[in-house]
Amino acid sequence: MTASLSRTDQSKDGKRFPTHIIVFLAPAVVIYGLFMIYPLLDSLRLGFFAQETRGVAQFVGFENYVTLMTDDAILQPRLLNALKNSLIFFAVNMLIQNPIALLLAAALSTKTRGAMLYRVLIFSPAILSLAIAAFVWRLLLSPLWGVVYDLLKAIGLGAFAQPWLGLESTVLITLALISAWQYLGIPMMLYFATLISIPNDLFEAATVDGATDWQIFWRIKFPLLMPMIGIVSLLTYIGNFNAFDVVFALKGAEAGPNYASDTMMTFFYRTFFGSGFQKSDPHMGAAVAGTMFLILLAGVLLYFFVRRRIRSYEL
Amino acid sequence: MTRYADAEKTQLRNVMSGVDWRHQTTKVLKHWMLIAFAFLATAPIALVVLNSVKTRRAIFRNPYHLPNAETFDLVGYETVFEKSQFHVYYFNSLFVTLTALALILLFGTMVAFALAEYSFPGNNLLRLFFLLGIIIPIRLGSVSLLRLIVSLDLIGTLWALILVYIAGGLPFAVFILTQFMSQVPSDLKDAARVDGASEYRVFWLILPIIRPATGTVSAISIIPMWNDLWFPLVLAPGEATRTVTLGAQQFMGQFSNDWNALLAALSLSSVPVLIIYFVSSKQLLQGLTAGALKN
Repeated sequence: MTASLSRTDQSKDGKRFPTHIIVFLAPAVVIYGLFMIYPLLDSLRLGFFAQETRGVAQFVGFENYVTLMTDDAILQPRLLNALKNSLIFFAVNMLIQNPIALLLAAALSTKTRGAMLYRVLIFSPAILSLAIAAFVWRLLLSPLWGVVYDLLKAIGLGAFAQPWLGLESTVLITLALISAWQYLGIPMMLYFATLISIPNDLFEAATVDGATDWQIFWRIKFPLLMPMIGIVSLLTYIGNFNAFDVVFALKGAEAGPNYASDTMMTFFYRTFFGSGFQKSDPHMGAAVAGTMFLILLAGVLLYFFVRRRIRSYEL
Repeated sequence: MTRYADAEKTQLRNVMSGVDWRHQTTKVLKHWMLIAFAFLATAPIALVVLNSVKTRRAIFRNPYHLPNAETFDLVGYETVFEKSQFHVYYFNSLFVTLTALALILLFGTMVAFALAEYSFPGNNLLRLFFLLGIIIPIRLGSVSLLRLIVSLDLIGTLWALILVYIAGGLPFAVFILTQFMSQVPSDLKDAARVDGASEYRVFWLILPIIRPATGTVSAISIIPMWNDLWFPLVLAPGEATRTVTLGAQQFMGQFSNDWNALLAALSLSSVPVLIIYFVSSKQLLQGLTAGALKN
């Protein structure tokens, strides 16, 4: 940007927009605009229409949204249930995956023999697809095979052995933990990258002053990690509010038992494409997507609000 | 600083030996924790792969034993190859991922060059336009996207996936690449311009300089494309266009009681990816680290 003064003049002299800039921008702007921005905006628009019996969509204003939030028979309870489940899914990842990732990154960023190998191994599940990882866990948790239950019994926790993926009370948390297990490496690497970028003299000075590792972590590293903790939290929020693959792979679109694992995204899928007990309705689906859009927007705004409030330390 | 250097060193040594036992305990604890998580991360897949080459009896009788001459059995793999087309799924996944990646890198670099190099009206607006896509997941546009793909007659084709993945991958690529681009020293570019090089030529000349950035972008873009289940399901669910993720998911739904086939299908869809990962893990993790710092 700074080095382009002379070229700015050129483009002003030439009156019309320089051709080469258009050539550089066009392919990406066209594909991104057509296949991402347009569908997102158009989906919001479609949420304000409804299909008439003769096939022509009619503008109905907020009717879909009103139905979604007040229809007592099916939609409203499903929506509230999915919303609650998505929040739990997010909370499990936020409260379990995030601190563990931070702990591992803190351990790896100090001098550790074999740190590279640890990183490679702990990150490895993240490169598999969630649908595959979910199936691996379905087999491991199958009472028929009993592998996980053998392990539990071996360490004296046999009482906890239950078909977690089949019970209404445990299915959602189990799915969230599978997802947390799989993607643990990503926040770990983000924290790790931040920690190793802190110059060593800071710790050396603190060590000379007699600070313990514990103090160094909480007084020096943690404040410097705050911006990354914010970013990871936002990513966790965006990623987990759209949890779909793990639920669909193991529980199907019905997200059973009795919708106990239904998230906003499986609810969206069912509303859009229909399923055994719900007829397909793209316009209502668009309204569900619109609702999710607002929920995400609220999270993003909250992030920017909090980030402005919290003092961040820059190196 | 230098005046105190020696004093500091002595003091440092004293402090270190004073907390030596604590240091050792922390170190041991740290390694135990890392070993536990490394085990937790890898054991599930290892157990699946190990049992995929055993007889059904052996899978249930002694799941933790290595296969021997008596228990070795490839019947699961035979079922998978007979009843599904994993080679087609692999071809589809590779074709979609690599084509989309190549175009994300090409188009993303071009935009990044234009954004970093020229100040034109709307430059900042365009940055914001691309930033939007990092925050909003493209899946939320699926209702309209499906209509668009149908109207373009691309439904059920791999190109539908490629175009959507390019659109979904561009925002982050543009974000990272623009930051790298703005760090390229202007001397080189200006020298080329003095020599009469066109703007396209200048772009071509600085491509080698931003190669590390393309590594980062590749590392971040490939994983979600390869692993996506949503868009293959919505836009290209047919047998001929199935990707590995969708193909494996559908196969495992069908053969949910054939344990040999299940374990074989899981191994087939994860082992090749894991091998590529272990070979390239150093670059991949370095790329991720570099990308994280750009934030």
